[in-house]
Amino acid sequence: MTDIATLEQETLRQIAEAADEAALEAVRLAALGKKGAISALLATLGKMSPEERKNEGARINLLKDKATEALAVRRAELAEQALERRLAAETLDVTLPAATSPLTRGRIHPISQVMEELSVIFADMGFAVAEGPDIESDDFNFTKLNFPEGHPAREMQDTFFLTPEAGEKKLLRTHTSPVQVRTMLAQRPPIRVICPGRVYRCDFDQTHTPMFHQVEGLVIDETTHMGHLKWVLEEFLKSFFEVKGVKLRMRPSFFPFTEPSMEVDVQCRRQGGEIRFGEGEDWMEILGCGMVHPNVLRNCGIDPDVHQGFAFGVGIDRLAMLKYGMSDLRAFFDADTRWLEHYGFRPLDFPTLAGGLSS
Amino acid sequence: MKFALSWLKEHLDTSATLAEIVETLTRIGLEVEHVHDPAAQLAAFRVAHVLDAQRHPNADKLQVCMVDTGDGVPVQVVCGAPNARTGLKTVFSPPGTYIPAKKITIARGIIRGVESAGMLCSAGELDIPGDNDGIIELPETAPAGAIYAQWAGLDDPVIEINLTPNRADAAGVYGIARDLAAAGLGVLREREILPAVGKFPCPVGVTLDFAEADKHLAPFLGLRLVRGVKNGPSPKWMQERLRAIGLRPINALVDITNYLTFDRARPLHVFDAKRVNGDLVVRRAIKGESLLALDGKTHELDDTMVVICDGAGVESIAGVMGGEASGCDEETTDVLIESALWDPQNIAHTGRKLGIVTDARYRFERGVDPAFTLPGLELATQLVLDLCGGEASEPVLAGAVPCVRTVIDFPWSETRRLAGVDIAPKEAATLLERLGFTIEGDETRARVTAPSWRPDIEGKADIVEEIVRLYGVDNVPSTPLPRADGVAPAVLTLMQKRARAARRALAGQGLVEAVTWSFVSTEQAEAFGGGAAGLKLANPIAADLSDMRPSLLPGLVAAAQRNVARGLGDQALFEVGQIFLDPSDMGQRLAAAGVRRGLSGAGRHWSAKPERADAFSAREDAMTLLQALGVATSGLQIVAGGPNWWHPGRSATLQFGPKAIIGYFGELHPRTLLGLDVEGPIAAFEIILDTLPPPKSKPTKIRPKLELSDLQPLSRDFAFIVDKTAAAGDLVKAVGSADRALIVDVSVFDVYEGAGVPEGKKSVGIAVTLQPREKTLTDQEIEAIALKIVTEAGKKTGATLR
Repeated sequence: MTDIATLEQETLRQIAEAADEAALEAVRLAALGKKGAISALLATLGKMSPEERKNEGARINLLKDKATEALAVRRAELAEQALERRLAAETLDVTLPAATSPLTRGRIHPISQVMEELSVIFADMGFAVAEGPDIESDDFNFTKLNFPEGHPAREMQDTFFLTPEAGEKKLLRTHTSPVQVRTMLAQRPPIRVICPGRVYRCDFDQTHTPMFHQVEGLVIDETTHMGHLKWVLEEFLKSFFEVKGVKLRMRPSFFPFTEPSMEVDVQCRRQGGEIRFGEGEDWMEILGCGMVHPNVLRNCGIDPDVHQGFAFGVGIDRLAMLKYGMSDLRAFFDADTRWLEHYGFRPLDFPTLAGGLSS
Repeated sequence: MKFALSWLKEHLDTSATLAEIVETLTRIGLEVEHVHDPAAQLAAFRVAHVLDAQRHPNADKLQVCMVDTGDGVPVQVVCGAPNARTGLKTVFSPPGTYIPAKKITIARGIIRGVESAGMLCSAGELDIPGDNDGIIELPETAPAGAIYAQWAGLDDPVIEINLTPNRADAAGVYGIARDLAAAGLGVLREREILPAVGKFPCPVGVTLDFAEADKHLAPFLGLRLVRGVKNGPSPKWMQERLRAIGLRPINALVDITNYLTFDRARPLHVFDAKRVNGDLVVRRAIKGESLLALDGKTHELDDTMVVICDGAGVESIAGVMGGEASGCDEETTDVLIESALWDPQNIAHTGRKLGIVTDARYRFERGVDPAFTLPGLELATQLVLDLCGGEASEPVLAGAVPCVRTVIDFPWSETRRLAGVDIAPKEAATLLERLGFTIEGDETRARVTAPSWRPDIEGKADIVEEIVRLYGVDNVPSTPLPRADGVAPAVLTLMQKRARAARRALAGQGLVEAVTWSFVSTEQAEAFGGGAAGLKLANPIAADLSDMRPSLLPGLVAAAQRNVARGLGDQALFEVGQIFLDPSDMGQRLAAAGVRRGLSGAGRHWSAKPERADAFSAREDAMTLLQALGVATSGLQIVAGGPNWWHPGRSATLQFGPKAIIGYFGELHPRTLLGLDVEGPIAAFEIILDTLPPPKSKPTKIRPKLELSDLQPLSRDFAFIVDKTAAAGDLVKAVGSADRALIVDVSVFDVYEGAGVPEGKKSVGIAVTLQPREKTLTDQEIEAIALKIVTEAGKKTGATLR
């Protein structure tokens, strides 16, 4: 029937010409809505004879399907066009900088970082971390450590004293060795500790600051000897400098609290202001160490004929300088944010054994 | 301790090279600090003959010299020295020569239009002693072209060792030679010291005048008169040796004492006998006595010091320095030589108290060889007789040389026990014997007697050190330290973990970690509640580093100000470190503090309005820190105000109760900053990590069960009008108390004052989140809760709905 063909033609044309979602919806309502033309045709089916209905029904339903499909196709086209238009409008200047995250601005001081590196290394070798107060007694800082009263060895370390109050004369510890004393007095062997901390000496020039940081190590048991000391130092320095191996040179020296005492040089190469460890022909003095003096053991209530062990000490600031290349110790304590940003570590630079001490 | 190589070789018969000697010294514990080898340094300098010197055509004070440098062809040199003249023999440095004193390298140049191919040199330019008014003048016999250092005998290297305080024996060249010989580097030349023949009794007597308890202060003094001496310059070899180690030759008698001080570590003193009145008495000084000493200064003495007196009074401070009045000079004809033993501690004390550093004190306080006291006197007498003539008296001896020898019962296994190295007893014994130890015993144990010159040897460990020192500490094999089985356990303490976490958390807030001095100025300390007498240094290194810090803030504030002075106005710094409340062990606390100044966060940025750091930036830092440390903050009270270095209206105290203060945050008081010359405002916080509640210990790591609701939470906003002075915190608390089961979050999303809000009031926008538990809430139920919220807020804070 002509009117169906015409309706089909007209409806499909309108669908194709609908310019937007709203126009398309209007076409849909006009064709398929309750009062739409196609819906009206469908409504006529009820009044038809079964014969007519069979014939006309098929044609009308075909028309309805065609219209429905055309609507869907056109809707998709329009949606695509709308998205294209939106995308064409949605641009921004991606070269504008984003705000920096606090994580990119914050820094950890090299001393703190190196202290963490040290505790990671030594924890693996079974060392705990012991600490003690900065304000110490003469007894713990000197006497128990076998510095006799009036002995020139006391003058090796320029000591800061506190204004004496009623009672004993206090001083600022000149090394972290009093922490060794406190550990030995508090704990029976076996002992394995490192003692990192601030120490103070009355000295101020390019290579000395009145405050600096030191880490000492102490092992006391019934068997530990100089060979173990050497091995621990080798492992420590190799691991700390993150090199395949280090060569150490030990020289006899003197410290009141150790006997035998040694100074340790580490093999290095000096090249264009840079120092590399684990290679080269040069030697650099790096730390002092020795077997804990029998008098010190005795002073701490330990029998030197039964127990024995070693101690060593090294400057943390100096280790940081050697590993990370700062040239002036004084800058460590100046809090110049340019220096801290350059030499400091990012908040998430965690030293670990699994991931490496430094990134 | 310094000495020239030739001096060492007088005592050590060796074919070892300088390099071998230096290497061995360091290896056996006599660490070589420096080798001054003039021959190497001065290799380019040559003896030159000025053939002709003419005034420079363009300069009055310059001369153009034609110089024969031994190469056959004369060299033209422009010279400014007034003594440059025809015929002079002097020292020439060709182009390319490094001039040590001036730290420059000579270049060929044109000086005022005249070519100059080198330089004629002064003594100063060669860094050698001599006249510096002009160029060096050499005798006519000096051969042009010769290497100057060789010709002048300057090719004797000087070795400086860093002597450790225990090695008194190596404070003399002879002792060093003995150590090198023991290390296998040659043979020690031992010479017998014969007593001088006394021609007459010594006319001067000596008394050691001490109470019984003080006898250790001066156990022994030997004295001898040599009369008829002729005192003048000492011989060239002695002068050269003394000069090479930086000592100025004075006259033969004085030089002999200095020489033996360095040669044998045996300090001596010489008195001009004619200037000594009567007998000598050695005693404690009396308070009020003084002495014009050889350093030209008058020293005030007291009864802790030991002096040598004659009839006229104090003539010498025992073991430290002699007196000017009885000193020897060219007029001296009769000399008293003193060789004595003093108490090391007492000498150290006296030297320190008087501020006198001498080569004698250096040796006495470390401990000289008591057995060498008398041989030292004999050796000195012999040298005086040899160099100055005269005849010697018999010696006068007062007191006695204590012959206490340290004997150590030494099991040879001790070396293995302490050093971890096997050295055969026989080999070990040989090493010890070469050092002067005597050994009696068998393969297991020995009685080891230390030589008299080793006061440092006290026990078994010292013997092990001596053996291993010569064996080579470097030869000790590296031995793995046994490890605990399995995975290494955690070792850090709670405070150590807090310090670490605090650093990471604060750095994560964008703060930069500073490490500032533990001491601050008195003003800084007092401004932050410190300045207690017991926390002041008795000997600060600088006036502004005088008091132990009571807080991290003064150091951080000063650091921020230093950065401001560098043109860096926006500062965000923190420190985690110790502060000091009193000098006891318990008075030290671990604090974490931060300061912010200028713009906060990322600073100026196109996408957001820049904000200045304020009390809330500081609060955020502090709260982030507490969160990161796992501190439960539900019971935390934030109380307005703090100590007087905080801004009274813009700061708060963080506490778990009035007696459980954990820290503060806010703006620092403008007056505090003004007093410290700091440009504010500065926002800050400080938390004392020791005061934080410890985490609850739990038997397992299992966390409480998570209860999740299938029902959606819903949110309602309320705008309340409250008094301007009302605390938002109270309002939040009141709102939360309306229904503790359903209300899961209360937050402030807006605070507004101004148009639309009555004068003296403010509007506070509160968002409330409700979490239905068993069933969806009906509109009526939600209404009921809202009403309850408004009622509670009104009842507790006087708030009304806007």
